[in-house]
Amino acid sequence: MRRALAGVLITAVVVWVLSVKLSAFRDFQIAEIAAYTTAVAGLTVLTGLSGQISLGHGAFMAVGAYTIALLMLHLNWSFYLVLVLAGLATAGAGAVVGIAAARLSGPYLAGATLMLGIALPSIANAYPGVFGGEQGLPVTLATPGFLGVSFPPTRWQAWLAGAVALVVLLALASLSRGRVGRDWRAVRDDEVAAALAGVNVARARVLAFVISAACAGLAGAMLAVITNLVAPGGYPVTLSITLLTAAVIGGIGTLPGAIWGSIVVVVLQTYITDLATSHGLSPTVGANIPVAAYGAILILVMLVFPQGLQGAIRKLLTGFAGATPLRRNPAPDESPEKEGTHELL
Amino acid sequence: MNSCSRSLLTLGLASLVAVAACSSSSSTPAVGSGGSSGGSSSAALTASAPGITPTTITIGSHQPLTGPAAPGYSEIAPAANAYFQYVNAHGGVYGRKIVYTYHDDGYNPTTTSSVVHELVLQNNVYAIFNGLGTPTHLAVVSFLNSQKVPDVFVASGCQCWGETPSQYPYTFGWQLDYVREGKILGQYVAQHFAGKKIGYFYQNDEFGQDGVKGLDYQIPSSMVVSRQSYVPTNVNIAPQVAALHAAGAQVVVSFSIPAFTALLKLTSLKLGYSPQLVVSNVGSDPTTLAGLLNTFSKGAVNGGSLVNGIITDGYLPSAGDASNSWITLFKMVHDTYVPRLPFDGNVLYGEAAAYTFVSALFKAGRNPSRQDLVNAIQAGLPQGPAIGPYGYSTSSHYGITGAYIGTIANGVITQQGSALVTDTTSSGAISTFSGTEQSAPSDGIPPH
Amino acid sequence: MVEFLQLTLSGIVFGMIYAAIALSLVLIWRGTRLLNFAQGGMAMFTTFVALEIVYKTHSYWLGFVVALAAGLALGAVTELTIIRPTLNKPELNSVIVTIGLLVLLEGLAGILYGGQYRSFPTAFSQSGLHIGKTALGVGRDDVFVALAVLATTLILAVVFRYTSAGLRMRAAAFNATVARLAGIRVARVLTVGWALAGLLGALAGLLVSPSTYLYPDSMDAIFVYGFTAAVLGGLDSPAGSVAGGVILGVGLNYVAGYVGGGRGSDLESIAAMGLLVIVLMLRPAGLFAGAKTRRV
Repeated sequence: MRRALAGVLITAVVVWVLSVKLSAFRDFQIAEIAAYTTAVAGLTVLTGLSGQISLGHGAFMAVGAYTIALLMLHLNWSFYLVLVLAGLATAGAGAVVGIAAARLSGPYLAGATLMLGIALPSIANAYPGVFGGEQGLPVTLATPGFLGVSFPPTRWQAWLAGAVALVVLLALASLSRGRVGRDWRAVRDDEVAAALAGVNVARARVLAFVISAACAGLAGAMLAVITNLVAPGGYPVTLSITLLTAAVIGGIGTLPGAIWGSIVVVVLQTYITDLATSHGLSPTVGANIPVAAYGAILILVMLVFPQGLQGAIRKLLTGFAGATPLRRNPAPDESPEKEGTHELL
Repeated sequence: MNSCSRSLLTLGLASLVAVAACSSSSSTPAVGSGGSSGGSSSAALTASAPGITPTTITIGSHQPLTGPAAPGYSEIAPAANAYFQYVNAHGGVYGRKIVYTYHDDGYNPTTTSSVVHELVLQNNVYAIFNGLGTPTHLAVVSFLNSQKVPDVFVASGCQCWGETPSQYPYTFGWQLDYVREGKILGQYVAQHFAGKKIGYFYQNDEFGQDGVKGLDYQIPSSMVVSRQSYVPTNVNIAPQVAALHAAGAQVVVSFSIPAFTALLKLTSLKLGYSPQLVVSNVGSDPTTLAGLLNTFSKGAVNGGSLVNGIITDGYLPSAGDASNSWITLFKMVHDTYVPRLPFDGNVLYGEAAAYTFVSALFKAGRNPSRQDLVNAIQAGLPQGPAIGPYGYSTSSHYGITGAYIGTIANGVITQQGSALVTDTTSSGAISTFSGTEQSAPSDGIPPH
Repeated sequence: MVEFLQLTLSGIVFGMIYAAIALSLVLIWRGTRLLNFAQGGMAMFTTFVALEIVYKTHSYWLGFVVALAAGLALGAVTELTIIRPTLNKPELNSVIVTIGLLVLLEGLAGILYGGQYRSFPTAFSQSGLHIGKTALGVGRDDVFVALAVLATTLILAVVFRYTSAGLRMRAAAFNATVARLAGIRVARVLTVGWALAGLLGALAGLLVSPSTYLYPDSMDAIFVYGFTAAVLGGLDSPAGSVAGGVILGVGLNYVAGYVGGGRGSDLESIAAMGLLVIVLMLRPAGLFAGAKTRRV
């Protein structure tokens, strides 16, 4: 736990220095990265530690975002209270989904969560009176007065989002070291053995959904603050896919991996587009090149670096194999694979 | 120290080094002393505002170049850029070349926010031009106004851009907004199809909903027998068309994008159902529709002939009208700079919006500040290619305020009667526009 | 009553399209226990290839055949290059790899063919069929679509059940090690399975693109509903795919037609999710799943 705390403190200092030294646009990107990290961290815990694939976490981000937008629109409560409520509301949604999905596994869970990711945002369109329809609801957050009138709002958002992300990372690190985390890993590796050992399998799985959904809800709320709008168009299926790919590219099941994956996802898109248009390609072709490149990168990372960036970093720095990723349920003739240690960091 | 803290510390130190390198090269915005508009023609060109240098004007935009909204809309920005390149090749704006940087947002408001933050904070553009989409642009309109960046000629017919200049002083609409369009179409339907059963078919977002709002201002609700909506992500509209058919609608007013107008026509034919179609300008471009319908019946029925008789409205000349001076100009620009695109309604839209922007730039003066551009538009702009007058003033940032009713015949929208102007209120009258349409300037550059 | 008939018939036609995608997913699942998230993207890509052929040669059937061949090739190449390395790894790897392939294909299609809507020709006339004066809401081409999918299902079922090739595929999927001991070339069987799935997907793309218009993202929604149909019916069952597809297609049509007073299309995805959740809660392995034994 001291390791995690040290890591969080170092990251906090780095983020603070970067947010002051870099331009306002970079502050905006830092805030974006922090928001994605919050969601990806929850998802990497759900998929990597507890072994449940979710293709619909974007829906939980939408729940958190709409909660915060509605509460701020209709009630004048403090933002911090509203943020916590958004997390709780999404945790509730996660409980509902987790209970419904407790008996599902593998592709059936993937299919159900995929439909969730598609259907939930469309509720906003079906009830436009409450949810603002396609146009969405505005979200504004004023910079607190004590910082001064000329304090750049993007820097404040970077600090807020960064703080939320770091608190979430610390909480997840603590959970995973404790009994909860051990239960998750036990259920992931062998449900029957875990049940025989006294683990309440269903409760462990639902709890994983609740925690990861709450993280996604907080992330959605922060993203809404950064982009000033909550609209169904902001939560397409590709968002859920992006969260999963960020988790995998960063290193599934690892918390620093959530940071690396989010950085890659946020920065890569802009970089490749700028690169493509600067070479004189027509913007439509130029806009499709990042899409094709992203797909190619996903394939290459999975074939060459299945442990993601965090796995590569650990290999580089420590010289021996890092955490082994999620193990699927074995086919009837396969004997269970040898287990390595399942480190979180 | 264990491996993990070590790795984090290494990375932390590395990023601090990177910061030291980066911050020395991060661009600082060029702060200009306010420019003077209308200076003498021999005044030197200065860097009078962010995005303006003595040789260039840089503007930005967000467009759906990929993703579900890309079909159809991805042509608009290249067409606008074509006109800018034409202007650059013929002396530019007071000698400055226009650099148009538009980024893909995939019609996702989160991405829109990201690319517009980049354009304003990193690329220091002078203005955002023709940002496309209502939910997408809503994500950035507060940001742009708080940064005092001119946000001109938003590519959306929402009332949001023009209704409250006090809330968004830097934002201007351009195209005919959907409520006005609904009123103009609605009046035509109420007058020409009195006593018939009317059905609505509309996209279930602000485009369709505002259109229906305008229609309801003019069409008595007793005439409307069915209201069916669709979402662009679901191409199966058989239920909606079956419902319209079952309700016996003899006229269907459609606020749909071209793909869904075509699907409406195809699905109706499958049911042996042939209502009179009255279609919003957004979804009635004859070239696009013919292309979408041309494989029906394997060529036995020509796609173009399926769209004949559709009633629609227009606020620009029809792209197929070769005798119009604006079409001649814009077609020439298209053929020179973007010949691979079809010359259809979207390309015409992009070029016409670009023309309007250039005329506003000229009006803003030789060394304009950002406020100069805003003032120039608020003082009113000449009509240019628009059929109706602009509504720009200090109390309204609406663009085109009128349209004509037309019928599609042989790939052209043929105007019926004069242009009509109106407002966005339920009781505001619709009056005939007495002004005449202007001709295109002979050199293709807005007069200045 | 007429409206009900029209909704039902057109629901069955769309349901058959979902069934085609579902079938290809089932084929891959039975062969490799993987989900191919790129199935829709592969179908879109082969249909673009067909479109180019049709434009150049003005022959629909030539384009049809070329698309099916391209589907075979694309399926085989995919299995050999990117799926084979993920076969004994965690299932998350194959999920990400196939998602990567989907995104790659959509980007390539955007680069090669552009993002505009392209209309795709039909095999037969789209004019509506009538019984007497009642319009049925479907055309001759729609009947062709439904029959093509049904025929393909039957052929697949027959191949699996009654031919030695089918037996080999089922053996390789059930227990690869023992199958190898019995002399089955497991690797080749896997490639053939993916190739067939590619062909099925190409067929689905050809059949549905006239109604959806063709553009890089056009098969995304179809894939999602096809996936739902496969899960509904049970991933091990080709008959389940067809049943799941028809139930989904007809059910969604009823929701759009009768619920929500004209705004029903908003509720379709919610209805689909509801249907999926209810079915999976009652039968977690789908409607047509066989009894599962638990390993202890």
